[in-house]
This record gives sequence, structure tokens and C-alpha cells, in this order.
Amino acid sequence: MFTFIAKRLVQSILVMLTVALIAFSLFRYVGDPINNMVGQDTSLEERVELKERLGLNDSFLVQFARFAGNAARGNFGFSYQHRRPVSDLIAERLPATLELSIVSAFLAMAIGIPMGVYTAIRRNSWLAHSFMTLSLVGISLPTFLIGILLILVFGVMLRWLPTFGRGDVVQLGWWSTGLLTASGLKSLIMPSITLALFQMTLIMRLVRSEMLEVLRTDFVKFARARGLAERYVNFVVALKNTMVPVITITGLQLGSIIAFAIITESVFQWPGMGLLFIQAVGNVDIPIMAAYLVLIAFFFVVINLIVDMLYVVVDPRLRVDSAGGH
Amino acid sequence: MSDTTAQNTRKGWLARAADSDLWYSFVRSPVTIASTIVTLLFFVSAIFANWIAPHNPFDLASISIMDASLPPAWMVGGDPRFWLGTDDQGRDILSTIIYGARISLFVGFAAVIFSMILGISLGLVSGYVGGRLDAFIMRVADIQLSFPAILIALLIDGVARGVLPREMHQEMVFYVLIFAIGISGWVQYARTVRGSTLVEKNKEYVQAARVIGIGPFIILWRHILPNVMGPVLVIATIHLAIAVITEATLSFLGVGVPPTTPSLGTLIRIGNDYLFSGEWWITIFPGIALVLLVLAINLLGDWLRDALNPRLR
Amino acid sequence: MKAEVKKTSLLTIEGMRVEFASRRGHVVAVERLDLSVEPGEILGVVGESGAGKSTIGNAVIGLLEPPGEMTAGTILLKGDRIDDLDDAGKRKMRGARIGMIFQDPLTSLDPLQTIERQLVDTIQQHLGLSDSEARSRAVDLLDQVGIPDPQVRIAQYPHQFSGGMRQRVVIALALCADPELVIADEPTTALDVSVQAQILDLMKALCRDRQVGMILITHDMGVISETADRVAVMYRGRVVETGTTQQIMSQPTHDYTKSLISAVPRPDKRLKRFPLVTYIEDAEERPEGLNLATHWLGKVREEHKLTGNLLELKNAHMRFITRHSLFPSKRLYLDAVKDVSFAIQPGEVFGLVGESGSGKSTIARMITGIYKPTGGNILFDGTDMTALQSRAAAAPYRRQMQMIFQDPFSSLNPRMRVEDIIEEPIHFHNMAYDRQEAHQIMHDLLDVVGLGAQAARKFPHEFSGGQRQRISIARALATRPRFLICDEPTSALDVSIQAQVLNLLKDLQSELNLTMLFISHDLPVIRQICDRVGVMRHGQLLEVAPTETLFTDPQHDYTRHLLELMPKFRGFRMAK
Repeated sequence: MFTFIAKRLVQSILVMLTVALIAFSLFRYVGDPINNMVGQDTSLEERVELKERLGLNDSFLVQFARFAGNAARGNFGFSYQHRRPVSDLIAERLPATLELSIVSAFLAMAIGIPMGVYTAIRRNSWLAHSFMTLSLVGISLPTFLIGILLILVFGVMLRWLPTFGRGDVVQLGWWSTGLLTASGLKSLIMPSITLALFQMTLIMRLVRSEMLEVLRTDFVKFARARGLAERYVNFVVALKNTMVPVITITGLQLGSIIAFAIITESVFQWPGMGLLFIQAVGNVDIPIMAAYLVLIAFFFVVINLIVDMLYVVVDPRLRVDSAGGH
Repeated sequence: MSDTTAQNTRKGWLARAADSDLWYSFVRSPVTIASTIVTLLFFVSAIFANWIAPHNPFDLASISIMDASLPPAWMVGGDPRFWLGTDDQGRDILSTIIYGARISLFVGFAAVIFSMILGISLGLVSGYVGGRLDAFIMRVADIQLSFPAILIALLIDGVARGVLPREMHQEMVFYVLIFAIGISGWVQYARTVRGSTLVEKNKEYVQAARVIGIGPFIILWRHILPNVMGPVLVIATIHLAIAVITEATLSFLGVGVPPTTPSLGTLIRIGNDYLFSGEWWITIFPGIALVLLVLAINLLGDWLRDALNPRLR
Repeated sequence: MKAEVKKTSLLTIEGMRVEFASRRGHVVAVERLDLSVEPGEILGVVGESGAGKSTIGNAVIGLLEPPGEMTAGTILLKGDRIDDLDDAGKRKMRGARIGMIFQDPLTSLDPLQTIERQLVDTIQQHLGLSDSEARSRAVDLLDQVGIPDPQVRIAQYPHQFSGGMRQRVVIALALCADPELVIADEPTTALDVSVQAQILDLMKALCRDRQVGMILITHDMGVISETADRVAVMYRGRVVETGTTQQIMSQPTHDYTKSLISAVPRPDKRLKRFPLVTYIEDAEERPEGLNLATHWLGKVREEHKLTGNLLELKNAHMRFITRHSLFPSKRLYLDAVKDVSFAIQPGEVFGLVGESGSGKSTIARMITGIYKPTGGNILFDGTDMTALQSRAAAAPYRRQMQMIFQDPFSSLNPRMRVEDIIEEPIHFHNMAYDRQEAHQIMHDLLDVVGLGAQAARKFPHEFSGGQRQRISIARALATRPRFLICDEPTSALDVSIQAQVLNLLKDLQSELNLTMLFISHDLPVIRQICDRVGVMRHGQLLEVAPTETLFTDPQHDYTRHLLELMPKFRGFRMAK
């Protein structure tokens, strides 16, 4: 089991390094950093001197090492557009995105998993059929369209909920939270539903198909042949076996919520990292793009590690080695 | 049984298709028939847009600012010339939808085909050759799978913007877009094809071919590829839906197709600004069109998956 | 023929009919079925694939999968009707009154729960015992089924047990609530021969000691003759004959039973031809033999050195890496073939026999070049195949050796027509001048194997297992090989079809003077077809001897052990 964990740790570090490499290549070689930093009237000598001072003439490996070292400490240089340290910008925006993502993830799982289980167990009920139809509609609605529709109905026509922004926030140290104010919570409703809907339907369909697979296996048949109660078969035998593949993919999906937040933040003008990133793409603000990339990779790696730990807990085949011939 | 099959072989593939289980389940499902019709409608109008659309929204001479912001024909103030109303520039919404759908479908299709070719090739090679190459390709696939398509597409787009000079970027925008969406989708194909290849590789007809002495390329092309294509079709339909959504999202965010050739996503973005002033039709109708298109494709894909799955019967 | 059905029997089935609704109408899987089982008795239900045997088991325990349903007949368990119970009633009966054992122990157990959990939960479901009582009962059961150290092993997970041990656990689970009847559906088919015998003995003992009745469903006549008290023979959904095992084996009355018994390869004597099961439809033979003088297969036979061995293996070795690692010390290897040497003379039929994992199939693949040997030499007609560098250099030799595989369902490309399958090697080795000649050769070959020209345009799925093997044989002959490797060519076929295919191979071998390497785990078949035999175990070649010598005077202990395990058919007499 420890070899398994150790291997995953090593893989995670490799992933981070690869992403850092890509981010660094972006940083260094896309466009000219010097051009982006100085004005038009800076003389040639000043540019050359700047290049030397910033260490842009050193070898690739040295520059990469420097970049990686800085990145590990959270230093991503200066934004071309905003002319402020990237780390400051990110620190400002991170809480907004994280709060939105976590609430959405929770929604998606809390509704998606039970719905998936229900539609698998009661395949032929009309409720299951309607869930399935709704889910098809759910994955056909692009996230931004859901946002627009919600804004139209609840913001413009009914005027129940605010249509943009985060509402009032409370500062706790460097973290700003919208969960402690009424307007903050109200502002959270539509964006989180928008973000959660797509993931919710995906999770529901996934859980359903995995569970149907498991319900067809021999050991479920054998459990039924032993006269075990239907409830036991469904929830103790089938559900537990479904969880193993579901955990991986749910983990991946949740990771992608953080990235999908980009869209939601655009529609609702939510002051998070996603909005920052979109603006950076439009303005070719490389430092922000690179930083975002590394940050997202970090989140994914952490989520994957957690998923792997959960795996070990759930599946005994990973904890104990199998027997040879006895 | 031998009699009917003998007849079947003589009739040829068309009759065989008509007798197949696939057609049977197709004809039995009204939803599937409806979604196929809708999809076909979109395709046809996309191909024949020039003849079908009542107006040409890109012909600057034919639009007039006097016709701007007219509501749909059945509402007060509407004009029977413009069934679904006009936008802020006087362009007919219905026509812009038809042309826009064409762009959306074009990009979506091209991206899917690019993805397919890349993914299938990598999957075949990975599964058949195995060893280090396989491990490497799968590792890359795993890493890429952690990043959602949107992000990858955005990144590639952003990089292209930075690397290519402005004019060149304008010209190449479609290629960049197709590349970006395509690159973000190959993993699904590769994984499925690799899995099927691993299974087929060990089947005895492949071994028989090797015993005859046939080399790996011909084995992959003639023996393995035809037998792994089944699940690929299902993935392709689902992927087409995702590609269309991705393109729409990118265009909505402003980093997709250029504004001179607006797709449905661009139209929605343009109309978004007018939502608050009450001119809802500028954004809602393109939105409905997009949802209809994607829904139809998804329904088709769903049916295809169930119909091709031998265990569900 | 209606079997005697006593109302005092443990299980009584009368007039059962099971139908499956499909788009092509109703398919009748079982009809007019009458069966009975007494306490302590083992009733064997034997038949070939599609006969409906498993359907009976599923129907009795109430686990028929939709769209199947029982549309007529009654099932009585100790006088109580069980076929018309509602869902709750059926569930209560399962486990408590009827137990079931499935074929594959690998997939029958929940991988995520300990054995203890699975046993205790089942026990507590039916008998209201406390936790500690249930546990001690579980440990007791494991002991009864022969699991060593039950106190310790009960806490383990299924993947920590070997195949045979797992099946014992499955038996314990089926018996833990003390059912009166047990249905065993092909319980030993997935196990190795040596483990099979132990499991069957265990089941016999348990039935006797607990006075439990058992329905033993299988296609294997050997298992039936060793284990069952009474036998019901099934064909196409109907019972054609029932009787005691002794009766059925020595004096069968129904035609199907007669031909079925006689088609089983005899372990005790070598016959000239395999007797055919004439009752079934597919039983055709080739119209007449080959006339080598005029046939394509006889033209242009290459003149080769006719002296010396055709095939020779010298110290062949094959090592697979089962676990890769960056560190050489942590890698795991499997030596599938260890230092094997033997030679085959031209025109000889050499047999290779052993259990699964013995390495016999690996040798076949080493000879044909699918695996590259990690050590030793393989010489074909004097040329060292292992020294050849390129595929092009090896091609002329590859042409002369061909192979027939075990699984008729995966040995033909499902997307190619039969004509393309057979013509592929012809085109590849440039055996014909043009497409027309290739076409002609292909039709010829189809005639040779007894299928005829109308098979050409069809796809593999339109043929039965036996017919597909014939297509495989036609494909193998298309390159006019001198050497034919048959890797378990009939193991996946029903007994009745086996005979036809084996006869075909025998005929072709003698007409074309083919040299053959015949691989099988089935000793009786080996005895009927091979001139010399090699015995393999765990990758090593233990003994090589002429066939009759091996069977009558085996030298190695393992050979003796294998011969012991051959099923002895009680009262077996050739029904002429």
C-alpha cells in the first residue's frame, strides 16, 4: 500500500513539473517579456540592460529553475495589464472562486449521486424516466446559457435575486467571504446553480450507468440467490462497488468545476480568478495565464491525491496483496 | 434460420441493414426519429444557407438601420418580413441563426474529425505496441484529462494570440479554434480505441494473421480498426455536442470565431447586452436554436449508445 | 417419455415451460419438463449448449432474467408450490430452502467485503442468530468445506483465496442457511482438472451428510459419470431421457443419448475414427476424400529434405515480465517455458498435453513467431528460425507452418467475409496468379472442409462453432503448409461437434501427409489422434513417449496423476 501512495506522490510531482515547464515556456517565449513591460520610448541600451538584470540571458535550465522556485513560493511576477504582482491579484480573487466552486461541488454531489442511485434502482419508474430526460436537457444546455436564462427570469423579470457581483463580503484575515451576509448568500444562489447543473447531470448519469453495471454482476446475482434483502443488495453490495469508479470520475469533474467557473464568473461578473483569466487571455497577459495554469494544476493534483487515498480506504484489493495458490 | 440468412446475403447490405436490430430500435423510438429530423434540418439549412435564409445578414447593402430592434413578427410592432425580429443593426434574426448554426456546425464537425483521427491513431498504436510508448501516451492522456476542454482551448487560443502577429491570427482564427477544440478531445477516443485494441489484439484472428506473416500496419488497418470503430461512433456524437457547446462558449466569451462570421455563441453574446432593455429576442432565439441543436445531437448519441450495446437488449 | 414423479420427492417439476419474448416472437427455451430430486441425491442435468439446462436452475430458484418467464407447469418443494410465490416469498425461499452455486468463483464473491461479512450477513438474514453465534457457525462451515485455518482466513477478502478455495467459500455460502436443495450450475468448469476432482468429492460428501438434494448442471459427461446418482439428458429444451447414471452410461435408450455417449472420446482404446453424433442436424461429413493427383493442394508440393526432423526445439525458454519496475530487483518474472527440447518427424502427429498454465500454448506461439523465445533455438526443416532477423526472411518458412486456434468465436475476423478470410493468406504469399485463381482455390478449400461454395459470401457470425473451425482449417490450408499446429481445436466445442472436426483433421492429415503438433488438455482425445505425446507441467517437458506406451506404462509421477484424473465412465460399453 505504501508503494502505491509513494508512486502517486512521485507522479504528482512529475505532473506539477510538467505543467510548470509549459507555464514557463509560455512565460518566457510567447511574445517578448521586455516589450510588454516597458513603454515604446525606452532606449535599446535600457532594454538590453533590463534583459540582463532580469536574468533573461541565462540558460534555459537556470531560468526554469528560477521560475519553478519562484512559483513554489507563489511569486509569478508582474501582470502586464494591471502592473501589480500576480500573487496579489490572485490572493484577492481566489476566495470568490473557491467559495463558488465548493458550494457548487457540494450541490452537484448532493443532488447528483442520490438521483443517480435512484434512477438505477428504480429503472422503470416514471420519475426515473423524467430524471433521465431532464438530464439530457441538462447536458445540452451550455453553462453560459443557463446563467443568462436564470438572470432573465429571476433577475430581470421577477427581480428576486441580484444579477451580478458578489454582494457584501466580510474580511477574515486575507480571506473574504460572502457566506456571512444575506446579500452575499443571495448573490451566490444563481451562479452556484449555474455551475452545478452541468456537473450534477454528468454525475447523475455516471452513477446510474456504473450502478447498472454492478447490478448485472455475478456477485450481485449470487447475493440475490442467497435470499439477501433487496435493500441490502442495493445499498450494501451494489452501492459500495459502484463507489470505486465513481470516486475517480467525480474527483475529476469537481476539479473541472474550478475551471468551468471561468464561464460562470463571466456571465455573473463574479470577481473571481476565472474572470481575471479571461481578461488575461484577451489582453495576452502571460504572467496571469501562467500562474492560473500552475494553480489549476495544483488543485487537480491535490484532488487526485485525495481521490487515491479514498480508493485505498474503499477497495481492500489495494490494501492487502492477493494470495498466490493456496 | 439458414434460409433467411441465405436470402439476406443475396440481397446485399441495404436489405441487411433494414432487417437489423439497429433499424428496428430506431423506428420504434419516436424521440429518436424526431431528433434525427431536427439534426438533419440543421445540416441541410447549414449547407444550403445561401438559398434557405430569407435575408443575407452580411450583405451590408441589404440591411437598414431603420429596421433595427424589431420584435418577432407575431408581437406588437413586428414586421412580417422578419419572422423572429431584428437585432440592433437591423439584421434578420432568423437568417443570422441559420448562418450562425452553419458556423457552429462547421467548427464542431471539423474539430471532431481532427480529434477522431488523432485519438484513433494514438489509441491504435498505444494499444498494439504497448510497453513504454503505451505508458507514455496514456500518461499524457491522464494529465490532459485533468484539464477541462474549455481551459485547454482557452490556453491554446491565448497562446496563439500571443505568438502570431495580429493579422495572421485573424486569418488563422478558424484553424486555431478547430485545433484548440480538437486537441482537447482526443483523449476519449484514444482511451476507448486503446482498450478495444488491447482486447482485439489478443483475439485469435489477429494471431492467425500474424501466423500467416502479415505485418503490423496491415493488421491494424484491416483487422483491428474495423472492429474498434463501434464505440467510436457513439463518442463522436457526444463529442460533437460538446464541441458545439465549447465553440459557443468560447465565442460567447469573446475568444472564439471572429465577429465578422458570428456563430450562435457570438449572437448570444451580442444579444446579452440587450437583455436588460427588454429586447430579449436577440439573445433568446439563438439560445433556443443552440439548445435544440445540441439536444438533438445528444438524443441521437444516447439512442446510438443504447442500440449498439449488446447487453441492454 | 414421462419420468416417474413422486409427490413425496424433495423437488418436483411438472410440465415446466419457459419462454423468452424477443422481437422475433417467442423463443421456447424449455418445454414439457418433468424432473424430480430426492433428499441426499445428486441429479445430473446434462446437455450441450443451448439445451436449456441453466434455464431450469434459474427458474427453480426464481431468478429468471426478463424477458424470460415461466409460462406453464408447477414446481413443488417438499409439496409446497414455489413457482407462484410473490417476490417476497421467493426471496425468503432463496438461501433458506434452495441454495445456488455458479460457475465462476472469481466473480461470484463481492470483492469489497470480507468472507466473514458475507457469511454472517447471509446467516443472520435467514436464521436470527446473534453476531457471535453467527460467526462461530460461519467458522464451522468453512471448516466443513475444507478451508484450513478457518478462524484466521474468515477475516480475509476474496482476492486472497485461490480459485479452488474460492469455490469452497461459495459452497459454504450456499449452504450456510441450511437449504434443502442446492442447484450447482457448471460448478467446476472454470477450475483446473486436479481441483475439479476435490470440489466434486466435497459436494458429494456434503449432500450425503446433510441429506441435501442437488441438481448438478453440466455439459461434461465425465463429471456426470463420477458424481451424479441419476441423470436427465436434455436436448433443445426437452428432457429426452432420465435414469440412473449406470443405466444411462451403459444402456442408453434414446437415440440422442446413445450418440452423445458414443461421441465422447474414449480414454481406454484408440479407434480409427471418432464416432459421430448422428442425431443432431449439423452432422454432415465430407462427401468424398481428396484426390491429391488432381487437386490444387496436391500440385507443386515442394521437394524438401525428407530426412531429419521437420521441427526441432532445443532448450527453448520463454520468460515474461509480469511486473515492470525501474528497479531490476523488484521486477517479477514468469518462466512460462523452461528448457524444453523435443523433435517432430515429418508426417508425425505429436501431442502436447498438460493443464492450464503448463506452457503448451506458449510453445505453439513461440514456434509460429508470435512470441520471440528468450532462450534456445527453434529449427524448422534444418533452419534456425530464431536466428532469422526480418519478417521477410522468415516469410517462406511461415508459409509452411499454420495454426488452428481454440476459440471458434474469436479466431475469425467478424467483419470479414469468409471468402476474404481464406483468400488473405493466398494473396499475401502470392500463391495465385490473379484474383480469379485465388477465388477458385478458395472455393476448392471450402469443399475440402465440407462447407461448400455458398459459405463464401457469408460472415462468421452466420455459422456455428463447428463450422467456424472448419473455416479456420480452410484458412490454414490455404498456404499449402507442411506443418499444422492445432491448439486445443475442439475444447470449446460441444461433444457432438468435436467428433466431426477431429475426423476432418484426421482425414486431412493422412491425405496430405501433414505433420501436426496437437495441443490439448483432454487425454482421451490425445490418445485417439497422436502418434507420440509430450507431457508438460509448469513450463517443463516431463516425459515424451509413443502414445500407447504413455497410456499403458507411464514413467513420470505427474503423468500417472493425470491418467488417474481421467473420468472413468461407469459401466462404459460401446453402443454399436
